[in-house]
Amino acid sequence: MISSNLSAIFYLVSGVLFILALRGLSSPETSRQGNFFGILGMIIAVTVTFLSVGNFSTGLIYVLLFILIGGSIGAFIAYKIPMTAMPELVAGFHSLVGLAAVFVAISAFLNPEAFNLGTQGNIKLGSLIEMSIGAAVGAITFSGSIIAFLKLQGIMSGSPITFKGQHPLNAVILISIIVLIYYLCSTQSSNLFWILLAVSFLIGFLLIIPIGGADMPVVISMLNSYSGWAAAGIGFTLENTALIITGALVGSSGAILSYIMCKGMNRSFFNVILGGFGATDETSSVSKKEQRPVKSGNADDAAFLMKNASSVIIVPGYGMAVAQAQHALREMVDTLKKNDIKVSYAIHPVAGRMPGHMNVLLAEANVPYDEVFELEEINNDFANADVAFVIGANDVTNPVAKTDPQSPIYGMPVLDVEKCKSVLFVKRSLSPGYAGIDNDLFYKENTLMLFADAKKMTEDITKNL
Amino acid sequence: MEIDPLIFRFSIFILSIFVGYYVVWSVTPSLHTPLMSVTNAISSVIIVGAIIAGLSGDSESVFNTSSLFGFIAIALAAINIFGGFLVTQRMLAMYKKKKKDKK
Repeated sequence: MISSNLSAIFYLVSGVLFILALRGLSSPETSRQGNFFGILGMIIAVTVTFLSVGNFSTGLIYVLLFILIGGSIGAFIAYKIPMTAMPELVAGFHSLVGLAAVFVAISAFLNPEAFNLGTQGNIKLGSLIEMSIGAAVGAITFSGSIIAFLKLQGIMSGSPITFKGQHPLNAVILISIIVLIYYLCSTQSSNLFWILLAVSFLIGFLLIIPIGGADMPVVISMLNSYSGWAAAGIGFTLENTALIITGALVGSSGAILSYIMCKGMNRSFFNVILGGFGATDETSSVSKKEQRPVKSGNADDAAFLMKNASSVIIVPGYGMAVAQAQHALREMVDTLKKNDIKVSYAIHPVAGRMPGHMNVLLAEANVPYDEVFELEEINNDFANADVAFVIGANDVTNPVAKTDPQSPIYGMPVLDVEKCKSVLFVKRSLSPGYAGIDNDLFYKENTLMLFADAKKMTEDITKNL
Repeated sequence: MEIDPLIFRFSIFILSIFVGYYVVWSVTPSLHTPLMSVTNAISSVIIVGAIIAGLSGDSESVFNTSSLFGFIAIALAAINIFGGFLVTQRMLAMYKKKKKDKK
């Protein structure tokens, strides 16, 4: 048994180590060390908790047993998961944090003595408020992440699910959560506690169903943020500094990522959260859809164009992840480099289904990270490049975002692909992208459409080079 | 009058939000996916609450409703801790620089 002052200091140490873990991610060189700091912080926090409870009865064996069970499942998943499934994995993990927060809050509510929070039916007011907020946010995180997971996994359709009166209903539920917390704190009634949890689960579900597949980067970041606030809420209940610091870190991290993603789409946060984007605008684009001529080519043409280029910029998007084309792409690039062609990669902030999704896939395919550039870094280079190779991206290259104020994506930062001397566009069909609008780039004079599966087309080009 | 300890915790909370804000802005965009998986892992430090709950039973009855929820929470958080850190490690190991000594 160690004194509570000493354990508080250790919790502070592990909080600081967590800060260093995030700090390490400022560059790939320091990131591995950062991850190590994170692990160290976790070990300290867990060890100190054991020592401060000081109850080494049979319960301890079960605690270790459950850590072992969870740990093996986690380790197994971490080694087995393909990199393309990273968004699903992260969504799934968020749901677990949320559920763990809910369960900790439940056990604190049922047995407040163990946590020094008073007695059942007479829990300290402050603790009860913190506990119920933590539980509610945790429940929202859980059910929201489950929906995000199902949508990303493709079990549930990625298209937004909307119905009449959705927003008023959500507003009523959110208000009722606040009312419930108020009454829970004044009556200490356990029935109200269960109702609060049920309603929070429901709202998490309702909040995410209207949000479409391509808005998932925002949703995942937002749920990341929620899981942090839930942890912080529980941290206040348990008076635990490590948990408070971590919760605040994770909460603000998720919030910043959501902000970056929203900016990448030029949409306000509320616009994304209210959902329904991409489902309703179809009428406008379909009605005036006339057949415009496009130039389409095959792998041979593409190989010819690239062989005669001196610099190529590759624009990957979600389609590359779906087709698992990253390895084939890197092989193609290797062949190009052998012919002394300069190749770089241009990544749009919202390419893929989560922040940094494309970067991880390219890293998996052994693409050195100093060949991969962000939108602002590379956008001026398109004008000097010979070939832009768009693989699996669509809306993020649409010049309409710069020219047509009527377009739903107007003002969104896009890659200036059309400034390239020629554009190769790998796509399965001419169907519009997620935003439901036609891409002007298809019809440009210098665009050659390559209608095929991304992976197959890339392999064929390599053969022809 | 003494200051409520809650105020101290609240101060830590607010300051940590600011620390988080500046630290996360300095994270390079190419590492945003590892950032999410590592924040996932560290937010599972919630396991400390689960451990307290799990150890709340006495030697005669290890399992009561409260400790049972604690045990499940321990398993859930452990999945996250191990899964989160290991998958982050796996991702970070893939980020390589261009080999300078390319013939």
